[in-house]
Formats: sequence, C-alpha cells, structure tokens
Amino acid sequence: MPGWDEILSGMVRGLQLILSGDPGVIQITLLSLRVSGGATLLGALVGISLGALLSLADFRGRTFVVALVNTMTGLPPVVVGLVLYLLLSSSGLLGFLKLLYTPEAMVVAQLIMVIPIVASITLSAISSVDQETKQAVRSLGASPFRELLIILNEARVGLLTSVVVGFGSAISEVGAIMMVGGNLLGHTRALTTAVVLLTNQGEFAQAIALGMVLLALGFSVNVLLMFLRGELFSGTLPYLTARRSGPK
Amino acid sequence: MALLNLVGITKWFENRTVLKSVSLEVDEGCISAIMGPNGAGKSTLLKITALIIEPSEGEVVLDGRSCRGPEDQRRVQRRKMALVFQKPVLFNMSVEDNVSIGLRARGVQDRVVRDRVDEIVVLLALADLRRRDPKTLSGGEAQRVALARALVMRPKLLLLDEPTASADPNNASIIEKAVMTAASERGCGVLLATHNPQQARRLAKETAFLFDGQILETGPTDSLLSRPKDDRTRGYVSGMMPR
Repeated sequence: MPGWDEILSGMVRGLQLILSGDPGVIQITLLSLRVSGGATLLGALVGISLGALLSLADFRGRTFVVALVNTMTGLPPVVVGLVLYLLLSSSGLLGFLKLLYTPEAMVVAQLIMVIPIVASITLSAISSVDQETKQAVRSLGASPFRELLIILNEARVGLLTSVVVGFGSAISEVGAIMMVGGNLLGHTRALTTAVVLLTNQGEFAQAIALGMVLLALGFSVNVLLMFLRGELFSGTLPYLTARRSGPK
Repeated sequence: MALLNLVGITKWFENRTVLKSVSLEVDEGCISAIMGPNGAGKSTLLKITALIIEPSEGEVVLDGRSCRGPEDQRRVQRRKMALVFQKPVLFNMSVEDNVSIGLRARGVQDRVVRDRVDEIVVLLALADLRRRDPKTLSGGEAQRVALARALVMRPKLLLLDEPTASADPNNASIIEKAVMTAASERGCGVLLATHNPQQARRLAKETAFLFDGQILETGPTDSLLSRPKDDRTRGYVSGMMPR
C-alpha cells in the first residue's frame, strides 16, 4: 500500500509528465476527449431533441416515457457495458458491425448514458420556462420549429448545463468503456481505464498524472460553463438576433 | 363587417366557469374596451381571442373567417393579431431583439425588419434602450417594449391586457398615444382589457362591461360610463365595487 510520501512524489512526477508533454499522457487524453466529446455531441443532439419533445408534446404514454428517461439517468455503467458487449460480440445481434474493442463502441456506450442525462435536464429546463412566456411565444404566430427555437433560447442556460453535465458523466465513466473498449494501449485506452490499470500495476505516478488531467478537464469544463452562463445571460443565440450593421 | 366577432365564448377550467357565452365585435380602426374588475375573465377572453387557449364553447371569427380548424389555419389567423400581456413578457435577449423577434419568427426579410424596428422604437421612445437587457428595465419601459413587439408586426387586431398596469403616467401616455396612432393611422382594430374607466373613456369608442365572466352591458363608452343600465356596472364605475 502506498503511503503519503509515495502519493506526493507521484503527484510531483505526474505534474512533470504533464508539463513535459509525455506522449503517452497526451495520446490517452486525446482519445478520451475524442470518445467523450463525440458521445456528448451526439448525446446533446438526441437528448435535447428528446427532452424538448417530452416537455412540449402531449401524447399518450408521455408520463411513462418521462419516468423511463429519469430512471435511465442512473443507469449502472457496467450494465450498459455488459448489454452492449453481448450485442457487439461476434455472436451478438450487432456482431456484424465489428465494433467491439473500438473507440466507436466506447462512444456508443457513453452515448447511452449521456442521452438520458441531457434529456432529463433539458426537460426540466424547458418545463421551468413559465406558461405565460410559452403563450407569448405562441402568440407570435411562428412556425412550430421557430416556436421551439425561441423556447430553447429561453431555456438555454439549462440546455448548456445539460451538455456540460453530460460531458462530465462521459469523461469520468469507466465500467462500460472498459468492457466494450478493452483498454487496449494506443487504441482504446482512455483516461479512466488507464488510471484503473496503472493503479493495479502500482504505476502511481502515471495514474496520478492521468487523474490530474481528468480533474483539470472537469474543472475547465465548469469554468467554461460559468463563463458561457455569464455570456448567455447578456446575449442571445445567433439565429434569433438582429444582424447589426454597426453601432447605433 | 366587423374585424373581430366573438360568438358565444364560454370557458371552463375543471368545474369553474370563467366566461359565460361572451359575444362582442371589434371594427377595423376602432378601439373597443372590455372593462371589469380583476378576475372578471378579461385576460382569459383575450387569450382565447389570440388563439393561444381554446374556448370550451363558441367561436372566434376574425376578418370574416372562423378560427376553428387545423393548427396551420389557426396560425394564419394568429398572424393577423398581436397580444400584449398584462405583465410584460420579455424574452432573454436585448430590447431590440425582443422587438424584432415576432417579425423574425415569421420569416420577414432583414431589411424590412430593420426599417420597421427603427420606426417603432421612435414611436415608443425606445431608441436609447435598444441594447439594454430587459431585466434592467422599469415596468413601464418593459411594457413599451412589449407593445413595440406587437405593433411592429402591424397586426390587423391588437389585443391589450391592461397595457398600462405597470406604467407610470409618462409611460402610460406614450403607450396610449401609440395605440391611438395604430388605430387611426393603420386601421388597426384594438381590443383593450382595462379595469380603469378613465382609460376606457380616453381610448375606446365602445365598451363592454364584463363581470364574473358575463358581459352585463355594452355600448358607446361615454354613455356606458355616464348612464350605466346595470346596477353592478353603476357600482363599479362609481367606485362602489372593489376593483
């Protein structure tokens, strides 16, 4: 068992690895960003659409779908990994896709977890836009799509939060991507799976370095969120704004 | 032919009846008022007229066409109207963007949007507020922005729900002048909900008195206010009734 000295020296060594631009750290970080970024982007598209549909449309079984989405926000990653593994394995239903142990399979695993999170927060953000604002939007006589854009604009801080929370959940996920990605060096080894492996091997300096990168990424995303929140409170999404020719 | 015909509008929410067979007309270029105490059903009637809530019974006829039917058809009718809410509803965007949002939402060309916005901000004295965040506006300023957003769309029918409720006398005067200009110069029909008899007298040619979801009487504003026929109207106008 490592003591405090070992942890501290691991942190110093980790910092050195980061500052020296260690190719291994960079490669793993880039893969994590690619996988989690891709899952978040796709998850935002699907999740925001689903959340908007659930909050604005009135259809039979809506309450059940909402309950289902909310339940899925707590999906255990290992269960997602297991089901996806069975589907993608050579004898599985989707085995013909040959996606097992690829970064694409990792994206799919994270996507499954990101969608309900984004949808659930979007649903809550749109529901919190007050009824009279929605009526005012309706009174503008806009097409349903434009109405939706205006309402999304009203809920934009919540939507942004949903994407950031989705990314946070994706980048910190380990169980599912370990199972479907296989943690193959140079191919599917992400920050979280590498930390697990390195810790098991007693390579604490590298594990701490990667852990610090993970923390730094989480921190950066939150700083970005705070910055954008400030900007968003004083600005508007571009599709709704006047195109100004100059100061008036 | 009247611009707006409300025919037997009834509205109930669960087991509470808010409007009971309300019928009234608004002509092109005319300002008509619905006067009544708080809770009489004025706001609900305006929202039904604006086609943003459905009546339980009755029909809205605008420009000679029934507003029943599929949503696409209702949207066409909705575009002939603009509604200003009692509590100004402004979106999270600059004053200028708030004013132009209706035109942009309807796909009006940029050049036309700019020209119309430039014109309306002058009429409603908003030129200095164009870049402001709506959260920093006073109640009266916010109501002027909400009215600008309605007028810039050049509606055939303007629906106003207590448009000066949150305005000081100066803002109220700007708002009233703009409404009168829209009616007299553009031929816009106006349906104004107010609890203020003086405002009805200043603006409206015709007034209907709405009480507990029912129109008790209707007629030229001056005669309704000076010689009300119903005791409840008389009580309200003379200040006997709580407003």
